[in-house]
Amino acid sequence: MGNPALDAAFEGGAAFVPYLAAGDPDFDSSLEYVEALERGGADVIELGLPFSEPVAEGPTIQEAVVRSLEGGMTPDRFFEFVEALDVEVPLVCMTYYNLIYRYGDEEGPRPFVEKAAEVGLSGFVVPDLPAEEADPLREACDEFGLDLVFIVAPTTEGDRLDRIMERVSGYVYVQARLGVTGAQDDVSGQTESSLDRLAEYDVPKAVGFGIKTGDHAERIVAAGADGIIVGSALVDIVAEGHEDDEDAETVAARLEEKARELKEGAERGLAQRAPEAERT
Amino acid sequence: MSETTFDGKFGDYGGQYVPEALMPAIEELNDAYERYVLGNEDGFMDEFRRRLRDFGGRPTPTQHAERLSERYGREVYLKREDLLHGGAHKLNNALGQVLLAKYMGKERIVAETGAGQHGTATAMAAAHLDMPCEVYMGERDINRQRPNVFRMRLNGSEVNPVTVGRGTLKEAISETMRDWATNVEDTHYVIGSVVGPHPFPAMVRDFQSVISEEARAQMREKTDGLPDSVLACAGGGSNTMGAFAEFVDDDGVGLYAVEAGGSSLDVDEEAGVAPNSASLSTGSEGVLHGARTKLLQDRDGQIMESHSVSSGLDYAGVGPELAHLVDEGRVTAVNVDDDAALTAFHRLSQLEGVIPALETAHAFAYLEENHDELGETVLVNVSGRGDKDLESVIEETSKRDIDIAPDMDAFAGGF
Repeated sequence: MGNPALDAAFEGGAAFVPYLAAGDPDFDSSLEYVEALERGGADVIELGLPFSEPVAEGPTIQEAVVRSLEGGMTPDRFFEFVEALDVEVPLVCMTYYNLIYRYGDEEGPRPFVEKAAEVGLSGFVVPDLPAEEADPLREACDEFGLDLVFIVAPTTEGDRLDRIMERVSGYVYVQARLGVTGAQDDVSGQTESSLDRLAEYDVPKAVGFGIKTGDHAERIVAAGADGIIVGSALVDIVAEGHEDDEDAETVAARLEEKARELKEGAERGLAQRAPEAERT
Repeated sequence: MSETTFDGKFGDYGGQYVPEALMPAIEELNDAYERYVLGNEDGFMDEFRRRLRDFGGRPTPTQHAERLSERYGREVYLKREDLLHGGAHKLNNALGQVLLAKYMGKERIVAETGAGQHGTATAMAAAHLDMPCEVYMGERDINRQRPNVFRMRLNGSEVNPVTVGRGTLKEAISETMRDWATNVEDTHYVIGSVVGPHPFPAMVRDFQSVISEEARAQMREKTDGLPDSVLACAGGGSNTMGAFAEFVDDDGVGLYAVEAGGSSLDVDEEAGVAPNSASLSTGSEGVLHGARTKLLQDRDGQIMESHSVSSGLDYAGVGPELAHLVDEGRVTAVNVDDDAALTAFHRLSQLEGVIPALETAHAFAYLEENHDELGETVLVNVSGRGDKDLESVIEETSKRDIDIAPDMDAFAGGF
């Protein structure tokens, strides 16, 4: 089950997984922004395919979704976007189930997954698809060799956790706190207990929701995460650039700098953990 | 009662498509639904029925509409949910869910509202049962439905304006889901219709099925039989399922879900706009707000902005059970446009002395246009009263040439 690209991306132990909405605020600028994230140290990139009703997102990403849709983003344009990108790191598509379900001539997720494999995507994160409803997508992912990442929330325990972990591949997205996406001023205290609950499962654990600074990244990796997922703090940079009418090159440079700060923070966190790892 | 599902599916429709953070709350709710609602544990249903009677004013009457009967040459009966406390069927569900939240030990209620009737019912139920309540409402709907906004505030609820998108029910539901995902441990989300993830569609239907349970008995008493047809307007579909539930097994009773045809049944794919809210009549299958159902969406699966002169019907989706019953051929989905609904609003007000909600007026517009096909005895569910719609009706009527409407200039202060 799954795809070797994501396994390799997590081998270093402190993977940096940034998110941007594809096409925000326009197709060409967005290509530059995603490429800047790789230069800044991204190990995996989550690319958002915007859905009109993003119920799991906070205001920052909701606004990014609106900008991208207004710029003409569609599932077919998204696949063109992926093909046009000049990056080496694996790409994961983050979107809502209706877009996957509706794509192509037949009902169900298979045509979307087939096309995703054709353009070189490595996997999916689908925030409104719990394990109970995920079997058709899981089967299609297995058929085409893609990963299906699930989100584990602070409220996920017991049988539910087992059900998710039976179906997950690539990495598990550990939601650091309850609520919707959005940058926070501090790291959630729920992170460590979530990582403890997941310790026995043999799949990389990437923590997301609320990470904003290199310091946050450091603390989360030091606490045992295999990676960090950062969305809103990066989308904020895109939004500010758009509002201030800055050129794409300037915004891309700022994204690269922010990416480097986050990646370096994650590596510092790993270094703090290393002596302990040697002892055990 | 129509079929009760334990896996949350109605044919291919239904299910549970929500963020993972909400799944434990949905499992907890499902457990509470099975124990308290289906199993009457701790006498929950007895208390619910008692409060519906004493606080809500049930049973509501089924009234013979004499002038409509004369006009159409058949016997027309009105199930008067407009006489329920608060002026709409919405209290049945709101009271049930707020009471269930209390039984579950929840400490806070959130709800969304379109026309404001569900928000008002939830605010009343929350005040009655001493629960703090916050209601999300699209900014556009706040402007269309000010009396209901005042009523919610008077009952002690917070009303939170939603400004994203077009500022209607669709956006308000998404925003309430976000609040619920953030505060899921102590909060219950009172969904306002037979939509959303399982168990909401089944549970809301069960709370609303008191409408058809009473109507069935009252029709037997008054006519010695069952109606040939039952008509109810359909947005999300809670009054529709409530009015139909106890008749689903009666094959001789025709069930008509009357949707909002808006200004046109055509869609503008480029603009992402459907100038109607007729998801049963014109929609396609997809996944929105927790369930697989019929939706107004473009070819890529993006949800369209819907339209209706009635904000209570202005929603791009519909309950999954209703979608299933339409596919099965048990329910007939029909629609009427804004003009016909407004005209019907004036007609019912004048002929029967009943000022209906604009939602309800759609059912009466269908009766006007198609009474020949509906048999000898017709039951129409008067889902709510129209006081909340008066500002909209004055404004919308002024734009049109409705010959039976009163002189609209008089409403500008020239009585």
